[in-house]
Amino acid sequence: MANKLNTLNKTNRWNYITYLLVIIAYVILQVMSSTGSISSSLKGMLVPICAYVVMAVSLNLTVGVLGELSLGHAGFMSVGAFTGVTAAVSLQNLIPFAPLRLAVSMVVAALFAALAGFLIGIPVLRLKGDYLAIVTLAFGEIIKSIFNNLYVGLDESGFHFSLLSDTTDLSENGTLIIGGPMGIGSIQKISTFTAGFILVMITLVVVFHLVNSRAGRAIMAIRDNRIAAESVGLNITKYKMMAFVTSAALAGSAGALFAMNYSTIVANKFDFNTSILVLVFVVLGGLGNMLGSIIAAAALTILPEALREFSDYRMLVYAIVLILVMLATNNPTLKSFLARLKPGKRGEKEAA
Amino acid sequence: MTFLNYLISGISLGSIYAIIALGYTMVYGIAKMLNFAHGDVIMVGAYICFYAVSRYSLPPLVGVILAMLVCTVLGIVVERLAYKPLRSAPSLAVLITAIGVSYFLQNAALLLWSSNPKVFPNAFVINTIDEAGNPVVQSSIDLFGGQLKVSFVTIATIAICIVIMLALLWFTSKTRLGKAMRACSEDKGAAQLMGINVNATISMTFAIGSGLAAIAGVLLCSAYPTLVPTTGSMPGIKAFTAAVFGGIGSIPGALLGGLLLGIIEIFAKAYISTQLSDAIVFAVLIVVLLVKPAGLLGKQIREKV
Repeated sequence: MANKLNTLNKTNRWNYITYLLVIIAYVILQVMSSTGSISSSLKGMLVPICAYVVMAVSLNLTVGVLGELSLGHAGFMSVGAFTGVTAAVSLQNLIPFAPLRLAVSMVVAALFAALAGFLIGIPVLRLKGDYLAIVTLAFGEIIKSIFNNLYVGLDESGFHFSLLSDTTDLSENGTLIIGGPMGIGSIQKISTFTAGFILVMITLVVVFHLVNSRAGRAIMAIRDNRIAAESVGLNITKYKMMAFVTSAALAGSAGALFAMNYSTIVANKFDFNTSILVLVFVVLGGLGNMLGSIIAAAALTILPEALREFSDYRMLVYAIVLILVMLATNNPTLKSFLARLKPGKRGEKEAA
Repeated sequence: MTFLNYLISGISLGSIYAIIALGYTMVYGIAKMLNFAHGDVIMVGAYICFYAVSRYSLPPLVGVILAMLVCTVLGIVVERLAYKPLRSAPSLAVLITAIGVSYFLQNAALLLWSSNPKVFPNAFVINTIDEAGNPVVQSSIDLFGGQLKVSFVTIATIAICIVIMLALLWFTSKTRLGKAMRACSEDKGAAQLMGINVNATISMTFAIGSGLAAIAGVLLCSAYPTLVPTTGSMPGIKAFTAAVFGGIGSIPGALLGGLLLGIIEIFAKAYISTQLSDAIVFAVLIVVLLVKPAGLLGKQIREKV
């Protein structure tokens, strides 16, 4: 194994190490939860951690690999959550086997989120820098507003939609799936840690394969120098859209996974703060570094829980930790100190 | 008349957005960072004024001045501790730090002042005596034989916004410090070579922005009197949107963006739908940015190849 790792190039080696670490973490946590050696609060957080890991990795594709700041990633999660749960509810009788139903609804969620990503991408990707960021923020807020006012019901004659007020006019044995500001109630909790793990692995495979492909190199070329990339004949819009839509689709399936871990879900859950939270994972983990995103997402999701003993002060401590970590990782003295500790590292980085 | 009424409340809300947006736009112009903690400075200002007026029964004007002082100091301290060490760091690192500061301020406020909503006192009232000789607290003025009712808060907000705007325009175009600020936002390196103390200028910008945020906080809570630790976040996001709308970095742009955003929001609430007003505001923003990618008054920077 070690020999094989050595023959691979550096990127591939890190990709395999990432896969391996995720699998090890899954096995350890699975064993621990079956022997009952982890607390119930941590056990309840396993699925959200998986969802946030997928969110972080997919946002890293937009922010780290494509190089565009997105402040509305939770919007795609929202699209995925609502369409995914709707799909799961309507397929309840058709597919009685829960894991399959979960898988199908996650695919549906990914498709709808991808569609949303495509539609939003058309205007968004024409803009640059902070203007692009503010428009993604705007789209996130618009998606939140729409789901807060959308009513979807299902009866024999099919789906009924209405906006602003409940005029779905369902027949007697119809059910109201999305109830405007009340969101979706009485969701069947079919998300499992194993499903979350599989989604994380699929996400990693998709992202690594995209990044290491011809398209991925094109995307990074656009990030590093748009004008140079354009002048060698790369289709900027196509590659940007490819990264953006992939990122949106993965976020959508994470949303479905996340939603089906709770009994109710409301649109306000996926607001600007959630987008920012995921962005924090990405920046803290390192731009373009997927393993970093995974670790940051898992650690920062557990951190407020681990700070429980500080009770009221925990979010304050969280904020201070966040600021201190950002100050420390960007401190020039500390950076050069770390670089001296690992002699080869710096040279390699600059060469890459 | 209802149209005029909506227009006036739109301008009033827009004036508040404009004052907040000024803080965003000035800091962005000079430090090239999105200061997400700005919205929370508004909240701190409002709390200081609230406690000064209702707990220690100081006159409202003293409360406002106190709030401005505290926020100015807060702005300088935050800049010195959290942003200054990151001057050469990538912009995303600064953004995350700003978010950390925002979390910090919100949670500190939660601990200090609890999450119970405070009802902000309306300072813009006149004590008069009606025909029967009873004392009456008058908070609005009737125009056109009672068809149009304009509250003093609204008038004060619009007046203060105009004064601030004129003062800032004078400050940035005529004074040494204002010119230094503009020079720094144009080119920091060149400004330093001309003998401008860049760090002090940036601190100054933060101080002015935070002081303005305190005024905006008081005005905001006078018009919408519920005060909780998250009061500042949504107006903060809206004002940020307003700053981008008008072209971030431009002071007249912040005014224009703020006013338009306020008017659109109130009109959307009045004529289209209360629930979807936020969505409409953001949709208008998107359309504007697609037509003018650098905002209404922003400078379109040509890329050199």
